[in-house]
Amino acid sequence: MSRQSNRATDSKKMNSELFTLTYGALVTQLCKDYENDEEVNKQLDKMGYNIGVRLIEDFLARSSVGRCHDFRETADVIAKVAFKMYLGITPSVTNWSPAGDEFSLILESNPLVDFVELPDNHSNLVYSSLLCGVLRGALEMVQMAVDVRFAQDTLRGDSVTEIRMKFIKRIEENLPAGDE
Amino acid sequence: MEDGRMRVKCNFSGDQKFLENGRCVSKLESMGFRVGQGLIERFTKDTPRFKDELDVMKFICKDFWTSVFKKQIDNLRTNHQGIYVLQDNKFRLLTHLSAGKQYLEHAPKFLAFTCGLVRGALSNLGVKSIVTAEVSVMPACKFQVMIQKM
Repeated sequence: MSRQSNRATDSKKMNSELFTLTYGALVTQLCKDYENDEEVNKQLDKMGYNIGVRLIEDFLARSSVGRCHDFRETADVIAKVAFKMYLGITPSVTNWSPAGDEFSLILESNPLVDFVELPDNHSNLVYSSLLCGVLRGALEMVQMAVDVRFAQDTLRGDSVTEIRMKFIKRIEENLPAGDE
Repeated sequence: MEDGRMRVKCNFSGDQKFLENGRCVSKLESMGFRVGQGLIERFTKDTPRFKDELDVMKFICKDFWTSVFKKQIDNLRTNHQGIYVLQDNKFRLLTHLSAGKQYLEHAPKFLAFTCGLVRGALSNLGVKSIVTAEVSVMPACKFQVMIQKM
């Protein structure tokens, strides 16, 4: 039986359906385990953090991006390089605060939520919370403390998905890469 | 009677740790099952009907394994009586863990999901099974599929 696909080629990429379905299975299992949307959000964020503190090394090794000089540059690298590399999408960077310490990432599409619908009894679930943790963990490893949250979410009825990122402070000492 | 339970050859110290680990491994297997069902639907959308059970297993070993793990199963053996052994000499989820016997006791955690994946895929192809995994030297491992007569 002949296969028309070219799935075997790029070893750095994974099948997007596998990725989406696996994430879905993960969230579903967490919902069963915790029975409370807030707690699931927290767990996803925590898992994301643990991924982020390690992912940053992979990112730096594969992207050959140098040190960012300011938060604006950081935002661009996150949107144009990191998101592209790991999720195959390029969110746009907008809504800068006057002080330049806060911005939004607008995601037109989000591979994590393909085929996903939130049931009515999970209205407080922030399905893609993992991403917040990843960004927070990764940036912590490059000496930036940030606050990351979803301001809008297509799964909850908004027209776009918007991630709000706020710079808190520069981390002076080198913290060991701890697990939460 | 439970089917699809993940059975592994490992030693656990302490009953509590054993139970906890067993529960986690079991959950991972169920997650894999659901994903396997979904994936096989997508992968076989335009595929003609499979001739027989062996045809199904060959699909799992070649197309399915390639889509998921970027490589095929290295060796498929069967007794032609419903037992298949799928050998992967360089299992992608173990290569980062160890090249030998170090961390062997942790291998089940990395195999459970895939056992479920195979069981779920087969399930949606109309084949009921029990899937277990065995590792002795990483990153090689064997998945054993026991077809259940419906």
